[in-house]
Amino acid sequence: MFNFIEHRKIWYIISLLLILPGLFSMVTQGFNLGIDFTGGNLVEVRLEQGVKIEQVRDVVEGLGFAASNNIQKSGTTDYIIRTRELTEDESATLISTLERKVGEVNLLRNDRVGPVIGRELTVNAILSLLIAAVLMLVYITFRFEFKQGVVTIVALLHDLLVVLGVFSIFQIEVDSAFVAAILTIIGYSINDKIVIFDRVRENSRMRKKGESVEDLVNISLWQTLVRSLNTGMSVLFVLLTLYFFGGTTLKTFILALLIGVVIGAYSSMLNASPLWVDLKLREKKAAAK
Amino acid sequence: MRWSKLLTMAAIILAIAALCITAAVPLPMFKDITWLPWSNQTILGLDLQGGVHVVLEAKDTPSAKVDDESMKRAQAVLERRINETGVAEPVIQRQGERRIIVELAGIKDPEKAVIDLIQPAYLEFKNELGQTIITGADLKDALEARDPNSGQIEVDLTFTKEGTGKFAQATTANVGKPIGIYLDNKLLQNPVVEEPITHGQARITGYESLEEAHTIAILLRSGALPVQLNVMEKRTVGPQLGQDSLDRSINAGIVGLVAILVFMIVYYRIPGLIADLALIFYALLVLAIFIGIHATMTLPGIAGFLLSLGMAVDSNVVIFERIKEELRTGKSIRSAIDAGFRRGFVAVFDSNATTLIAAIVLYYFGASMIRGFAVTLSIGILVSLFTAITLTRWLLHLTAATNVVKDPRYYGA
Repeated sequence: MFNFIEHRKIWYIISLLLILPGLFSMVTQGFNLGIDFTGGNLVEVRLEQGVKIEQVRDVVEGLGFAASNNIQKSGTTDYIIRTRELTEDESATLISTLERKVGEVNLLRNDRVGPVIGRELTVNAILSLLIAAVLMLVYITFRFEFKQGVVTIVALLHDLLVVLGVFSIFQIEVDSAFVAAILTIIGYSINDKIVIFDRVRENSRMRKKGESVEDLVNISLWQTLVRSLNTGMSVLFVLLTLYFFGGTTLKTFILALLIGVVIGAYSSMLNASPLWVDLKLREKKAAAK
Repeated sequence: MRWSKLLTMAAIILAIAALCITAAVPLPMFKDITWLPWSNQTILGLDLQGGVHVVLEAKDTPSAKVDDESMKRAQAVLERRINETGVAEPVIQRQGERRIIVELAGIKDPEKAVIDLIQPAYLEFKNELGQTIITGADLKDALEARDPNSGQIEVDLTFTKEGTGKFAQATTANVGKPIGIYLDNKLLQNPVVEEPITHGQARITGYESLEEAHTIAILLRSGALPVQLNVMEKRTVGPQLGQDSLDRSINAGIVGLVAILVFMIVYYRIPGLIADLALIFYALLVLAIFIGIHATMTLPGIAGFLLSLGMAVDSNVVIFERIKEELRTGKSIRSAIDAGFRRGFVAVFDSNATTLIAAIVLYYFGASMIRGFAVTLSIGILVSLFTAITLTRWLLHLTAATNVVKDPRYYGA
């Protein structure tokens, strides 16, 4: 039987290799922040067949609304236009000018976000992350033990950094749905960790004399392996169908969840539990001294 | 084989099938029953049927300071203006000290609705010297009309008793001179008074279309906004995108659900089939609860629901893996089911509880869009705990008791 715990150094190194490029990217190039954070307008329109993207750009730039060169074609006739924040009258002007210059306009979506909202979103996101972390730590300490709570939070932080890293490296736009995704990942990935610790808890009650912590956790990991894989798979099914068949509006959200679910399964087995073993061994050493 | 148990089983399957059909399929024989298929009763959010969500913030101006009183009046004015347009089930909500959230679903032109909504609509009649004679506060009614003789479009004003008096006085004093009619400080018209007007009625002309006059009449009727409202955040979804999103979500939901159902049967066989029955019932129950509490189904809400479906599957997987282990130790099917549920439940409970904590925190700190997600996720988790533990367990025991399938291999061992 393969021993997961014995090779834990390898898992830690893989985790570091996953995190470091992301961290580097976050420091050097930061995030591609959407209007939810920066403020501005995002206008999605469906135009007549054959309209050129340059025509749309000319209209937006002609009106002086353009943000930094941000007009995208999505699908065959849909265009996403990002502008500075537009007043309601300016929005109406944009649509009527488009109608005059390029033909019929079907307004699919027009999001306007003031700069204050972005700040509030960031503050709220960080606040809710902290509160959720503390509450989970309390719950796990109450139901399991404090050290398992600590390694769970560390593993969650790892998941978070990987997801943030991917979004920073590939400069995928970050919006308020992304914030919701991060919080969902945390709620979801904690599931895996709890199921494994539940097995550890149960096994340590029936622990044979002389059985090491390493073996105890390794057996627990094997016992929960099928469940981790099966659950992970069925969640991936749902997410993949949502990603490919669900509308564009939720794409970022689903993408973040996809990465989060995979990385969460990894860190539950190969970060949280081995780290707990390390903490336990250290505890033992300290007691022996 | 025990026929009574088998019959119970068949009855349950039929009942769930009937629930499914009444929920989703429009049957010709029930076409007179308006609430069937009952899934149509779901209230769709504006992202699924088109509409606008807008956060308005009141701003202090030299002439009007923002306080609790003026915010309440502003909210009342918004309510009146929206009711005049006949939008079904609008949301008009105060948030914090100086913000009002407005949500209008299912309207044709959401952009224009917002523009109309935040018009101050302050009506004034001023004399030559620029002194205000009467204001919108003296107004009793305003109606758009087309003059039957000239075809001219106009808004007819009726003044209150007090207003009538003031207007009579002013027109008497200003015969032969102009009186300016201003809306939001913009001169609409500057007619010259020909004779004193004492009957309390006046009219404004000079509109392009009857709709324009209608909009102005609504603004005047509902009164002036006591404070200046600025748009802080606005999310407009056109009807087309709403319909697209709804269709796509339903498709994605069905594909995802079928994938899970197939996976469960292939991998877990008899328990998988039972879990599938329980999952279908679970999905219907969540939908029914949603309709029951008049919750609004939004796009993030659907995502939350599908994720809770994943959690529900997880509960089953955890427990079934436990049952398999128990079977391998040589236990009978029935005692393995019991032991599996007993041991699996602790893990299921703890993992669901922590996710619930995350969902509740999301609800308290999230924006309204995120809240929809948190609500469905929470309801989903609670219901899934219930169905996974009670219904799946009961059905498994029932199946075991029918004695149709005796080989433990069909239970995954």
